[in-house]
Amino acid sequence: MNVEVTPLPGIGVRKDFALRNGRRVGVVTHRDGQIELILSKSDDPDACLAELPLTPDEASALANLLGAPQLVAQLNEEHKDLPGIHTRQIPVREESPFDGRTLGDTALRTRTGVSVVAVMRAGQAHPSPTPDFTLTAGDLLVTVGTSEGLDNAVKILTHG
Amino acid sequence: MSHTALELIELGAVFFGLGLLGRLAGRIGLSPIPLYLVGGLCFGNGGLVPLGDIGEFTSLASEVGVVLLLLLLGLEYSANELMTGLRRSWMGGVLDIVLNAAPGVAVALVLGWGAVGAMVMGGVTYISSSGIVAKVLSDLGRLGNRETPTVLSILVFEDLVMAVYLPILTALLIGVTFLGGLEAVAISLVVIAVVLLVALRWGRYVSAVVDSPDREVFLLKVLGAALLVAGIASALQVSAAVGAFLLGIAISGSTAHNATRLLEPLRDLFAAVFFVVFGLNTDPRTIPPVLFWAVALAVTTALTKIATGWWAARRAGIGKLGRARAGAALIARGEFSIVIAGLAVSYNAVPAELAALATAYVLFMAILGPIAAKFVEPVARALQRRPAHA
Repeated sequence: MNVEVTPLPGIGVRKDFALRNGRRVGVVTHRDGQIELILSKSDDPDACLAELPLTPDEASALANLLGAPQLVAQLNEEHKDLPGIHTRQIPVREESPFDGRTLGDTALRTRTGVSVVAVMRAGQAHPSPTPDFTLTAGDLLVTVGTSEGLDNAVKILTHG
Repeated sequence: MSHTALELIELGAVFFGLGLLGRLAGRIGLSPIPLYLVGGLCFGNGGLVPLGDIGEFTSLASEVGVVLLLLLLGLEYSANELMTGLRRSWMGGVLDIVLNAAPGVAVALVLGWGAVGAMVMGGVTYISSSGIVAKVLSDLGRLGNRETPTVLSILVFEDLVMAVYLPILTALLIGVTFLGGLEAVAISLVVIAVVLLVALRWGRYVSAVVDSPDREVFLLKVLGAALLVAGIASALQVSAAVGAFLLGIAISGSTAHNATRLLEPLRDLFAAVFFVVFGLNTDPRTIPPVLFWAVALAVTTALTKIATGWWAARRAGIGKLGRARAGAALIARGEFSIVIAGLAVSYNAVPAELAALATAYVLFMAILGPIAAKFVEPVARALQRRPAHA
């Protein structure tokens, strides 16, 4: 993907790329860290249809939404010869008792047999997290296990 | 009532009044600058209520306002951005000077204000208001547009031109000879080159001198450094404003961002005083005779700015709508036109009508600019469609 980086003097940086249909999508990063999502108009490629200001939390949530399914799809593809093994993404919600606690505190493997293969945070995958990895609201756990184990894991992460 | 009490009341009334005007401007989506000017006109010479007692404070405060305006302008761009801007947009920048200074120069010559007056009016009509333009672009959600870097790099170029223009203007205003003028140009070019070099190579050392983790210490050091540099520059007759601008360029990186955040409220305060004082010193009765020229200049220079933006955007490979948007975005004139006119007035080197013309002109352009930027798109679309139907 050819991402075009354009400095905006006095404001920040614009990073965008052209989609297959010719429209541009990207972000404007202000110097104070504020991020705006931009999408070009279909009839005027120079102009923007929308400029959505995103808070850091919103930006990372959006990045997870875009990035995690790819990882899950890839893992599913790799496991497709092993029946009974599923991959699922489980969010750590704000009301979760594990917001701010470590992965080891959840004792997921002991209680459900489920493995956490990666944590998606701000669009970045942290592969093979160790038990001392601290979870925070907004993280997406990419987990592998049986469907029963995965259901239990969702309950544990939501209610403790 | 004691003298101090009266002064405090007058000053409080002025600031409170400006606050109300600023709020009104925000409500109707205008830059507050034209309203500050009108406020100044109402109170000053020949206005409704002459303000006498706080003159000393306000005249010093307005000087500080100019220093802060230019310091923050310098802080806004890093030396790197200035260099890339210069390389990328110098052709558009030169066209910008020729097209937009010419109407001001012509009017000054027609009105018989001489070479100095022509130089001043050229500057007034040339320089766009980077404050208004940047705000308009961000308010209209155009930061992600492809023509926006072109617009911004023209603004960057204009600001570099200011750094050369202001010392020359200062030299002309104090009435030096032709040779002395050349000397001023040479000195300012050398100083700018040195500052850019220092900022590019050793910017972090300059930043380190003023930087401090403590907000209070930092504020005092930055403000103190700015006023010191401005004062020394003024004593060397290179113009206080340029000194502050160059200091702003030399400070870079995170120090610059922190300084901007800290100084913005102070700049707004002192710059407001500056606009009011400029309005105060302009007799509203001198405006009607120059109104015709102000309108003529407003129309001409709006068109010449559109031409500049159109041309520069076309070079960058932008479509027709984008070119029209780039042109219209550049129309707004504001703080720096008043800085230039204010400098000329403070040296008593130009007729009083010039201040009146500059005031009326900036009033028009600061209001017209954002409106034009907003409505250029529907108008351009309509114009594009019409030939197709015919």
